[in-house]
Amino acid sequence: MAVIADLLVQGGQMLVVLLLAPLLTGLVRKMKARLLRRQGPPLLQPYRDLLRLLRKEAVVAENASWLFRIAPYLIFAATWVAAALVPTFATGLMFSWSADLIVIVALLGSARFFLALAGMDVGTSFGGIGASREVMIASLAEPAMIMVVFTLALIAGSTQLSTVAGYMLSGGVGLRVSLGLSLVALLMVAIAENARIPVDNPATHLELTMVHEAMVLEYSGRHLAVIEAASFLKLLLYVSLIGSVFAPWGVAQAGAGLAAYVIGGAAYVAKLAVGGILLAVFETAIAKMRVFRVPEFLGAALMLALLATLLMFMTRSL
Amino acid sequence: MTAVALLLICIAALLAISVGAVALARAKAATLLVYGAACAASAAALAIALWHVIAAAGESPAIVLPLGLPWLGAHFRIDALSGLFLVVVNLGGAAASLYGIGYGRHESAPARVLPFFPAFLAGMNLVVMADDAFSFLLCWEFMSLVSWALVMAHHRDAENTRAGYIYLIIASFGTLCLLLAFGLLAGPAGGYGFDEIRIAAPGSALAPVILALVLLGAGSKAGLVPLHVWLPLAHPAAPSHVSALMSGVMTKVAVYGFIRIVFDLLGPPEWWWAMVLLFFGSISALIGILSALMQQDLKRLLAFSTIENIGIIFIGLGLALGFGANAMEWAAALALTAALFHVFNHALFKSLLFLGAGAILNATGLRDLDKMGGLIHRMPVTAFAFLAGAVAISALPPLNGFVSEWLTFQAVLVSPELPQWGLKVLVPTAGAMMALSAALVAACFVKVFGIAFLGRARSTAVAEAKEVDRFSLAAMLGFVALCVLAGLLPGFVIDAIAPAAELLVGARLPTQAYVPWLSIVPVAEARSSYNGLLVFAFIAFSASFAVVLIHRFATRAIRRSAPWDCGFPDPSPITQYTGGSVAQPIRRVFGSLLFLAREQVEMPQPGDTSAARFRVEMRDLIWEIGYAPIAGIVGYAADRLNRMQFLTIRRYLSLVFLALVGLLLVLVVWL
Amino acid sequence: MINPLVYDVAHLLAGGMVLVSFMLLYQDRMHGLLNVFALHAVVLALSVAWEALVQHAPHLFITAAIALIVKAIIIPVALHRIVRRLDIHRSVETVVGIGPTMLAGMGLVALSTALMLRVTPGADALSRQDLAFALSVVLLGLLMMVSRRNAISQVVGLMSIENGLILAAAGAKGMPLVVEISVAFSVLVAFIVIGIFLFRIRERFDTVDVQALDRFRGENQ
Repeated sequence: MAVIADLLVQGGQMLVVLLLAPLLTGLVRKMKARLLRRQGPPLLQPYRDLLRLLRKEAVVAENASWLFRIAPYLIFAATWVAAALVPTFATGLMFSWSADLIVIVALLGSARFFLALAGMDVGTSFGGIGASREVMIASLAEPAMIMVVFTLALIAGSTQLSTVAGYMLSGGVGLRVSLGLSLVALLMVAIAENARIPVDNPATHLELTMVHEAMVLEYSGRHLAVIEAASFLKLLLYVSLIGSVFAPWGVAQAGAGLAAYVIGGAAYVAKLAVGGILLAVFETAIAKMRVFRVPEFLGAALMLALLATLLMFMTRSL
Repeated sequence: MTAVALLLICIAALLAISVGAVALARAKAATLLVYGAACAASAAALAIALWHVIAAAGESPAIVLPLGLPWLGAHFRIDALSGLFLVVVNLGGAAASLYGIGYGRHESAPARVLPFFPAFLAGMNLVVMADDAFSFLLCWEFMSLVSWALVMAHHRDAENTRAGYIYLIIASFGTLCLLLAFGLLAGPAGGYGFDEIRIAAPGSALAPVILALVLLGAGSKAGLVPLHVWLPLAHPAAPSHVSALMSGVMTKVAVYGFIRIVFDLLGPPEWWWAMVLLFFGSISALIGILSALMQQDLKRLLAFSTIENIGIIFIGLGLALGFGANAMEWAAALALTAALFHVFNHALFKSLLFLGAGAILNATGLRDLDKMGGLIHRMPVTAFAFLAGAVAISALPPLNGFVSEWLTFQAVLVSPELPQWGLKVLVPTAGAMMALSAALVAACFVKVFGIAFLGRARSTAVAEAKEVDRFSLAAMLGFVALCVLAGLLPGFVIDAIAPAAELLVGARLPTQAYVPWLSIVPVAEARSSYNGLLVFAFIAFSASFAVVLIHRFATRAIRRSAPWDCGFPDPSPITQYTGGSVAQPIRRVFGSLLFLAREQVEMPQPGDTSAARFRVEMRDLIWEIGYAPIAGIVGYAADRLNRMQFLTIRRYLSLVFLALVGLLLVLVVWL
Repeated sequence: MINPLVYDVAHLLAGGMVLVSFMLLYQDRMHGLLNVFALHAVVLALSVAWEALVQHAPHLFITAAIALIVKAIIIPVALHRIVRRLDIHRSVETVVGIGPTMLAGMGLVALSTALMLRVTPGADALSRQDLAFALSVVLLGLLMMVSRRNAISQVVGLMSIENGLILAAAGAKGMPLVVEISVAFSVLVAFIVIGIFLFRIRERFDTVDVQALDRFRGENQ
């Protein structure tokens, strides 16, 4: 009986992240428009965009291979699995012991690998631009993320995200410098990975400023819908990750009653809203960096995360 | 019959095939016969080694053959560690032989390859089985010489001759270091058998010297920076299945030599040895992969990637030494298991990638990435196998590369318990360098697969390529299957490695076969666990769910048309990105410091119709600072000493006279 | 019983100083540099004020006030005006590039942490780490002075060294003359800034004679 309940909670989590992801992006876009004194698209517009794309015919280049056609599904699957492993309204999920934080980082890496390959598949220079810039950004963002994972694992004693979230919730943590440094690094990495200003412009049509858009330039119809859904999921994943680790209040513990889940759900939606609004304010307030300033930005994130880990190592025996 | 005896019979069979190949080389069926027989012998040896590892026969008693030094004989033995490496060697050997049946048909000089190939396999097996210093060194040198002969197979190419020359020099240097190391290990008692060496523990003053010598000797063969310079020259020069063996297997034999001497024969380690290994491992990993990213030649790129993976293995070994020196045996077992798992994984996916490169070379005659493109349409099976290899080497779940990387990270996370300050600073730095290299590997293989297989064909050879023969495909797909299996069921591999860890560091990881759901739990359930099978099942479920959902609710219409390319499609394939273009951002970020990479553009004046030129200059700093001066000094000294060729008879006689007087003086003083 | 949160906040503020020092190293434009330096001084003021509260040492409030008023407001505003008036180059040229500079900065922080933690085995954990952070801020300030070609950036580096020393002095309980030392440092920096001003004037006009300057300005004609 308990097994079935756990399975339902895990399945519920997977559905929740899938359904809420476009709403988060819609909120960010609406807030950005409002800050620029525009009306902006409705909150539910991303859902409408996805449905519209699904109904359209997919136009595929003549020399695109089978990899081009299955890559969207692989990217979506990897991102969805990673997002399903991050605690949202409840921690201690049923399959959380099968994949820890390092697996989540690596799953996002797989999604990026196939996205870059899909970009290079048709053999245009736009795809090449996107792929080469994306792997440059990833070569610095992924180690920074792993160092953040190390810091969290050293504080909480495990790399499993449920254990980390539970430890942060238990309040024995205090305000640590390493946590502060790793929060700053995680925020920088999150901005880079989700292709947000100042690293990449998600709404651009200029080759000079494209990274993510350049890789998906050749996609259309249902393939593009799947890839868009994957990028919505990725944003949700990062906001949930930051929320569950650094702002863990309200998350229901494993096996708690329905009331705790409802409270957890409400807290989660509130965290998403706050995260979305903060992201919109940040994106509006800052200008996009030129491409070769991004490695310095991410190099700083890597340094900060490495410093956080070093401090954890050096002050462990004190 | 013991396992040792059976294996010696297989090796004798391989040597006999080698001799027979000398006679047969001109015959038409020679390729099929020689490679087929070598495959059979390697497969038999693999079966025996697997039986030894799985049935946990423990130690086989040593066999002493009356060869070599009369008072020593030649000792051969298999224990847990050598059993593992014998599996790796023979797996690689069997697959390469299978591949060779198809690949060897295109060989232009079979008489230069066929006799040496089985001998190479035999030599590697013998090194792993050797139980005394003399046979170890003899077989090591035999292995080096035979592989040198294979590197020189296409000797008309000046590049290959230079590669062979440098390989021979560094291999000889390595053997000299190992000889000195064994001499110091044997000590004044002079017993060369490994049993006697274990008992005669060297003093704490000599142990660092021996470590340095072994690092120089075995490290140079494995490809540690800065002794790696021969590897990117020699590995591409050999035929592709031999390259697969050299990169995937021979470097592992060198790692075996290192582990055998440092972990087994040398006695209890000091904590600062871990710092040395971590340092050289980290810089090998970083320099290896960055150099790989800058390469245009596919096989040279793969050779540099081997250097990177050897760096990762040495990081794991360094961690194991550090833990061992601090009496944390369970953590040492974790680190050593991670390193040995990576040894197995690398042999699998690097061999796969080299076999794929060989298939491309066979089908198109090309090694230059910038002339390839669109091969996924012409060679679909090879493309699929190469993609699997690329995913595996980039450490992406759920394939096997990810598991060894995950285990190494878990070992790094255990290391705050280490008390020494040097280790406290160096271990997280090594972890960061490892994470950086892993991300760069993914970048590198996006470049390789994207340029070689995706896009449009950049030359006619590639536009008309045909898929290779069944034997090559069978070998590659076999490796793909093994990569997938090792990734989904890593618990079994860890259990197979456990006896070796127990032998070397005195502890082992908990038995993984009984963990529910076939997860792996390296330390404790509460700490961390990973389940490859479940992750794979999740991904498969999510992908199928998405496919089903889309196909039910979305339109299935699809239309083929010209590429969009923002409305400006260019029909010429040379406007695509090249390998150098994909690597350019990374070259600008990392290369300007490490390789002094500079880009130069020469623009003609307005009105001048000559072409503009774009040039990238990169310098190999290790060669310029380390090797070129030594070569210069040796050349200078050789020139000066050349005068001794032209002395008169009187002068030669006086040389003899002076030497004799000098020796007599020494005798007078010493007695 | 003293609430451990108290020590945590002090520790966090010290770590914040290190973070802001890294931000100083990251800047490649003059205005950004001066603004981040103002932030540096604000964090220092907060840290010293918190120490004043915790140690019940009201004279540290004066130091905090000096840091806030002089270093966070007066000096940055003055330097902004100098930059604009004398048309000083707006971008900060570095000797090696920002990436290697930050790498060196990281090495310095690791070095100072390792050093401080080994040298003070007797003290309690948090004050050892606070001292380590203060030393890191000093070393990062020195790194800034060494790796920049611009005089203003070197002044900023000097002032951040000073901030690090004040942080260390405030953290050690019962150090005398903290206020006097900070006033002395501020006077020193004021003289240095005036010196730069004079140097630039002399470069421009080949003289610092005030009468000559008046003539250039069109007075006394």
